Amino acid sequence: MPELLLELFSEEIPARMQARAEADLGAALEAKLAEAGLKHGAVSTWSGPRRLGVRVVDVAARSEDVREERKGPKLGAPEKAVAGFLRGAGLESIDQAEVRSDPKKGDFYVAVIETPGRKAEEIIAEAIPAIIRGFHWPKSMRTGTGELRWVRPLQRIVCVLGGKVVPFEVDGIASGNETEGHRVHGRGPYTVTGWADYQSQLEGEGHVLLTRAARRDLIEKQALALCKKSGLTLIEDKGLLEEVTGLAEWPVVILGDMDPAFLELPPEVIQLSMRTHQKYFAVEGEKTGQLAPNFIVVANIEASDGGVAIAAGNSRVLSARLDDARFFWENDKATGLEAMAPKLATIAFKEELGSIGDKVARVAALARELAPKVGADPDLAETAARLCKADLVSEMVYEFPELQGVMGRYYALEAGEPAEVANAIAEHYKPQGPSDAVPTAPVSIAVALADKLDTLVGFWAIGEKPTGSKDPFALRRAALGVVRIVLENEVRLNIIPDLVFSLRLNVLARNIAEQRKLAGRKASDNRGTAHRLTELAAEANELEARFRLGARVQAEERERLQDLLAFFADRLKQVLRDEGKRHDLIDAVFSLGEDDLVLIVKRVEALSDFLATEDGANLLAGYKRAANILKAEEKKDGVTYDGAPSPAKMTEPTERALLAAIESATAEVDGALAREDFEAAMGHLAKLRAPADHFFEQVMVNTDEASVRANRLNLLAALRAAVHKVADFSKIEG
Amino acid sequence: MPAAPTKPASFQDLILTLQAYWADKGCAILQPYDMEVGAGTLHPATVLRALGPKPWRAAYVQPSRRPADARYGENPNRLGHYYQYQVILKPNPPDLQDLYLGSLKAIGIDDTVHDIRFVEDDWENPTVGAWGLGWEVWCDGMEVSQYTYFQQVGGLDVHPVSGELTYGLERLAMYVFGVDNVYELPFNAPDSPTPLTYGDVFLGNEVQQSHFNFEQSDVEMLLRWFADCENQSNSLREAGFPLPAYDYALKASHTFNLIDARGAISPTERQAYIARVRDLARGAAALYAEQEAGAS
Repeated sequence: MPELLLELFSEEIPARMQARAEADLGAALEAKLAEAGLKHGAVSTWSGPRRLGVRVVDVAARSEDVREERKGPKLGAPEKAVAGFLRGAGLESIDQAEVRSDPKKGDFYVAVIETPGRKAEEIIAEAIPAIIRGFHWPKSMRTGTGELRWVRPLQRIVCVLGGKVVPFEVDGIASGNETEGHRVHGRGPYTVTGWADYQSQLEGEGHVLLTRAARRDLIEKQALALCKKSGLTLIEDKGLLEEVTGLAEWPVVILGDMDPAFLELPPEVIQLSMRTHQKYFAVEGEKTGQLAPNFIVVANIEASDGGVAIAAGNSRVLSARLDDARFFWENDKATGLEAMAPKLATIAFKEELGSIGDKVARVAALARELAPKVGADPDLAETAARLCKADLVSEMVYEFPELQGVMGRYYALEAGEPAEVANAIAEHYKPQGPSDAVPTAPVSIAVALADKLDTLVGFWAIGEKPTGSKDPFALRRAALGVVRIVLENEVRLNIIPDLVFSLRLNVLARNIAEQRKLAGRKASDNRGTAHRLTELAAEANELEARFRLGARVQAEERERLQDLLAFFADRLKQVLRDEGKRHDLIDAVFSLGEDDLVLIVKRVEALSDFLATEDGANLLAGYKRAANILKAEEKKDGVTYDGAPSPAKMTEPTERALLAAIESATAEVDGALAREDFEAAMGHLAKLRAPADHFFEQVMVNTDEASVRANRLNLLAALRAAVHKVADFSKIEG
Repeated sequence: MPAAPTKPASFQDLILTLQAYWADKGCAILQPYDMEVGAGTLHPATVLRALGPKPWRAAYVQPSRRPADARYGENPNRLGHYYQYQVILKPNPPDLQDLYLGSLKAIGIDDTVHDIRFVEDDWENPTVGAWGLGWEVWCDGMEVSQYTYFQQVGGLDVHPVSGELTYGLERLAMYVFGVDNVYELPFNAPDSPTPLTYGDVFLGNEVQQSHFNFEQSDVEMLLRWFADCENQSNSLREAGFPLPAYDYALKASHTFNLIDARGAISPTERQAYIARVRDLARGAAALYAEQEAGAS
């Protein structure tokens, strides 16, 4: 059966868009063929700097005939009904309908609609222009006088089916069977009839390696071989490899060199300069394990001089780049991190929350507060926090924003700060994503937590929370970072007091930011401004007093904190869900009001194990029964049963046994919880299972004797309370 | 096998070669615009002619002044005054890429030895509300040109689309002549009775202009000028004359660049100045487009 070959040949497609476009094109074609009912075999795709291609094998000659029967009205039905039927079925007169008989319903009309299959050529000639016109590019453009939007000017469309051109036209470009090869080495054009001669011509004389995989593998293989020959090790960089795969049709790997004097620069700077500006791979000495004064560049030609000019040219460009970098490095070192820090006052963090300088002051105070809880020296934590953003005003970070933190670390070491401080500056942005490691050194933990908590609390204080998919300030990532840092380091932290501390700092900062803004206007000119300034000053005084005295949490603070805690809970659920934990168990533990994330997780784990046992499952069933009865009766009576059950009012031995079991279990559970031994706590709860089962087997809660009934309800309430010491079982499903 | 392209003999020879090449492709060879601009694109022959339906082909050298980039003649790569070569073809012909590659060959860049690439780089100039898609063109890893298909100018969609090429002449020449210091470029033929380097012609200017840009300019006066240019541009636009209105937008823009080089404005004020220049340039462009559309 015939093969379909489609190639869309254009001017250079941005490397980052090629793979996605390749996949989209293949999927769009499959969808169109399926929609038209045209059967076919395997679909394969390829893409490169100047082309997207699809090959479909075993394309059926025609789509299948489709026969549809549509039931109509009875014979003798009103004219309107008949007319509607004809219209719907596309018939001109009722003579074209068949008459069928049904023993019960009598005679009625049936329209038989036969749609004959269409030729594959026709289907394809319709489908491809529609795909091209509707194709989605991240950015697209028009060219010349044309109307078509494509990523860059579309030059040719090759479309052959079974060796013959499928004729159509898109924006003045007629489909054909001619394509072009490499601009320098074999432009062509080449006439093609299908994949076989398309591939052999392009990959041969045309000097175009068609698939990404082929080019990627070739680049990797050549680079490794070249390195090996020169005693070097390639520093792997998958992202860069993918990018250069999209930049060359005929990749030729060349080894270039640079002045070894540049190696005095931090390796991150050299690597980043190579990567972002020049798309070079960095290499290390095989023996030294240090960055070598060489680079790997992927060219798109087999140069007639063997690549000498290309290597020399690239080397010169790199030198100019690294000269600039060295200039920034020297200037920054001369300025020093301490002198950079004050300039942060001129960079806005968020209008309502002041400058980055203001933020840093808050982070430093919070880091100091957190330090003892994470085992860090408070002075070091404060110093690291105070310097952690200073490199944002360095020339190097202005040039390479990716080096924020990294440069701060170098400049801190340069200034003689202790290693803990320098490392904390580098690591406080971590984790930057789900696969990024969390900081583990105590000072780094303190600063990383303080920075994230300040951001979160600040945004909550001004009421800017992420909504739906919108999270422009990456607050979810910050909260997830907090959760991961705490859990992975087993940091024992009651988070609420620190959130309160941070919230007060932030509210104060907000007040001060507004005061500053208003003070910029002339207060005397405007009575409203003057009034507001007085108000703000009074508020600031009160806030400061609250802050100094460590006043109890106020109502408006509590509301914000609850909301923020729920946000943390969602992130924690995400972490635990990824580990396969049930979300309902997390809810069950969370609703106890616990704010130590490490303990919450321990509890969830113990609970999960417990519920997997027979005792656990049965206790849950018993609990649910008790809770349901209580809920129903409490609603009926309009009271909450929480009194102490009285042994004197008990008539059955099982009642007394249950009470005794609850009392002893409660004491033991309390003891176990105090020791944070959740497994033992669950074990003690398990002892309630048998007495609870017996109670339900032998006792009717609802008796006529009101005082006995009330006492039994109090007994069930005591059972509920005992179980709730471990988790809110009402949140557990099943 | 075709012979390897011959190299131009000097900086001016390179320019003359480009002029002859693009003249041969049907471009009107224009002279530089007689106003201080920060980029060749801002010449009305590009930014305004890209608007409206009329076809247009032009090429020209344009001096670009960037006061803050001046380095007292001490930096081998950076200049406060340098040259760009601009080509605009409207509508862009389907073979513009080939035409461009032909121009590189004409100035001695042999594509069998040098690695020429088109690397994604979308151009944008918010001051004139313009953007387009295209590439930086790399030769052995060095950016030698900016290549853009204009999509919007003055905040308006353009149709037909113009293809715009910008060659950084000094950088390109340094590459072609293998020179690491711009001031060492041969300006005229090295075998001329009076051989001149780029430094012979421009070093003094770079030094003195740097002093002006960073130390000697009268900021108070520049601030007054800015306001005057702004007023003049606005009144010209209101009177229905977009071309002189655009000229005064350019004057305001350069005056702002001079003030900025002195570091005389705070970051917040800076944004406000940029917005004022943008309003002038966009306003003039929009009026020009309106008149062009009415005239056709």
